[in-house]
Amino acid sequence: MNKAEASLKGRDILDLASLTLKERELILETAGKMKDILNRDMKKEPLLRGKSIITLFYEASTRTRTSFELAGKYLGADVVNIAVASSSVSKGESLRDTLYTLQAMKTDAIIMRHPVEGAADYAAKALDAVVINAGDGQRAHPTQALLDLFTIKRHKKNFSDLKIAILGDIRHSRVARSNIVGFREFGAEVRIAGPRPLIPAEIEKLGVVVCDRIEDAIAEADVIYVLRIQLERQKVGFFPTTREYSRIFGLKERHLKLAKPDVLVMHPGPVNRGLEISPDVMYGDKSLIEEQVENGVAVRMAILYLTLTDGEHLEFAN
Amino acid sequence: MNLLIKNGRVVDPSQGLDAIADVLISDGKIAKIDGHIEGSNVEVFDAKGLVVAPGFIDAHTHLREPGYEGKEDIESGTKAAAAGGITTVFCMANTDPVIDSSILVSGLKERIARKAAVNVEVIGAVTKGLKGEELAEMGDMAEAGAIAFSDDGRWIANSRIFRSALEYASAFDKIIISHAEDETLAAGGYMNEGLTSTKLGIPGIPAAAEDIAVARDIILAELTGARLHVAHVSTKGAVELIRQAKARGVKVTAEATVHHMTLTDSAVVGYNTAAKVSPPLRTAEHVEAVRRGVKDGTIDIIVTDHAPHSFKDKDVEFRYAPNGAVGLETSIAVALTDLYHTGILTLEEMIDRMSAAPSRLFSLDRGNLKIGSRADVTILDLNKEWTIEGRKFYSKSKLTPFEGKRRRGKAAGAIVNGKIVMKDGIVL
Repeated sequence: MNKAEASLKGRDILDLASLTLKERELILETAGKMKDILNRDMKKEPLLRGKSIITLFYEASTRTRTSFELAGKYLGADVVNIAVASSSVSKGESLRDTLYTLQAMKTDAIIMRHPVEGAADYAAKALDAVVINAGDGQRAHPTQALLDLFTIKRHKKNFSDLKIAILGDIRHSRVARSNIVGFREFGAEVRIAGPRPLIPAEIEKLGVVVCDRIEDAIAEADVIYVLRIQLERQKVGFFPTTREYSRIFGLKERHLKLAKPDVLVMHPGPVNRGLEISPDVMYGDKSLIEEQVENGVAVRMAILYLTLTDGEHLEFAN
Repeated sequence: MNLLIKNGRVVDPSQGLDAIADVLISDGKIAKIDGHIEGSNVEVFDAKGLVVAPGFIDAHTHLREPGYEGKEDIESGTKAAAAGGITTVFCMANTDPVIDSSILVSGLKERIARKAAVNVEVIGAVTKGLKGEELAEMGDMAEAGAIAFSDDGRWIANSRIFRSALEYASAFDKIIISHAEDETLAAGGYMNEGLTSTKLGIPGIPAAAEDIAVARDIILAELTGARLHVAHVSTKGAVELIRQAKARGVKVTAEATVHHMTLTDSAVVGYNTAAKVSPPLRTAEHVEAVRRGVKDGTIDIIVTDHAPHSFKDKDVEFRYAPNGAVGLETSIAVALTDLYHTGILTLEEMIDRMSAAPSRLFSLDRGNLKIGSRADVTILDLNKEWTIEGRKFYSKSKLTPFEGKRRRGKAAGAIVNGKIVMKDGIVL
């Protein structure tokens, strides 16, 4: 692809909707090349030498933060991690002041995870540095959505022929919000299923089919995407017990025969093993959960590369 | 000195008056209205091309004093009112301390007398500390001059307490103003629940939270025969409940804010904390229903719910931002642009809902231009084109959901007790 058609240099990556289809394709295509670097013995390509990146996480995270950190380091950037135990408000310093301080240290990119929707937009408005949303509240997780698209595309030919089932806590899921946009706009049919209190208002207007039973969502599916039950958010009684959830809404081996024979099972992690997905499915031959993690590094390398450079040195891997 | 308002179009719904005339004010009272009045030794306000209306009354304002003077105080808030053409405001009790005793009502009134640029009526709390648990001393507060009672900001969820509040206040001929929102259903929500909240990922508050609370409040008003006033109605369901209650004779009245009549939840897109208000901005369907309610009189009055917050308070992540938007300096302009010029309300209806009706509802000695009445006058320029810019506000809060919006119509003057307090947007 000609970079004149889609350049991401200097762009904030806030949600999927702010990227055109062409731009998404460019990221996925670049991620393919990054994946080659990852699988080399010498996993270093100093395309981002001299760039500094800060991961600023207001919520706990293992895979996303590590994935961004390694992505930056494999490309030769300096990466500093800041984990903020509590929110900006209880900590005393405002988010704006924290961001200004980090920018003053000549940071090229700030990768932020935050428990409040729109925090990434707030950061983007406040800063000149590139802001990459690593998850803001229940709103968006664009790099997760891109790595999921990337992963599915490596296994399935025509995205627009796919039937994708998303199961579980849609209401609280930024992953679901971003993936619904990603899957739908690449033409897939999307069905969602979970306990009704966990289905957000008017979500069918986003072009998804809402099912009450996971069996109905899974029928003939090419991909089953299982969301993590966010136990910390369930205190107000969205469903009776985890026992019942697991029995009625948990994905088990016996469900897989309802789907297409070559169905793929995905999960953004971390998994509540035995709750939303049974261990045999999680570790079974349909599961792409580990591959998602690997691809996450490649996609984040691509995003960092495309937003922090003009993309002229991409020929290295050809 | 006397004041003569010359050549204006005098519109007073209370006496069915709409004519070009001069208005003479003497000793703080309306002295004479006539086609042509010659004045000697009078100050003249030339109102040619302008509308002369009874002073506008905002029955729902937060002046934030005492306790939150960083957001607003009596002086800045009442200057904002004057700038916006509002000559009387009612200040809500959710200050720190909460205005829940007669000494606080008296103390606040004393400060108001020294500092306010317009008339201020004090609303007392219904329950001590707004906690919804024990009745505040409403009898004492009524005697100290509280105009009405409200735990605004919080619904009194305990039905027994609310029943008692209605009964008790009615004996003092006072109205309970209810912020009707079922907190158990609204809990954890930060905007209207619907497609927009789903897209933005912001947890929503369903319209049902308001409908449920309004239904309960009406049922208790019916039980007690007491007067209930529903604050800031924002849902279709609430409008319908009030309409039905009025039809069967329940003593319920209601208000709608200018923003709930003119903005939808799409104002929140971009995580705009200036549009984070309580109750939340709803969808077009609800806005339409509220407008119809105001038009047909189901909703009696239009208010601002002027709820100022400092830049620091609002310059935070969306969830952390407090609810509330300023409105005193924009309400007339927005109402003229979006309600009058669009044909939704006639000028007479708009003046009624923003002046005559609140005066009637709360038994005030104003809201009309009858001879001998208190000379509170709002002068309107129906066609003045201007752009709303928060940085120019007299309010300490410069954040408005109407920022940058082009408006047609503005308050051109405000007269309080016979004195000009604002002319051409400048507070004197």
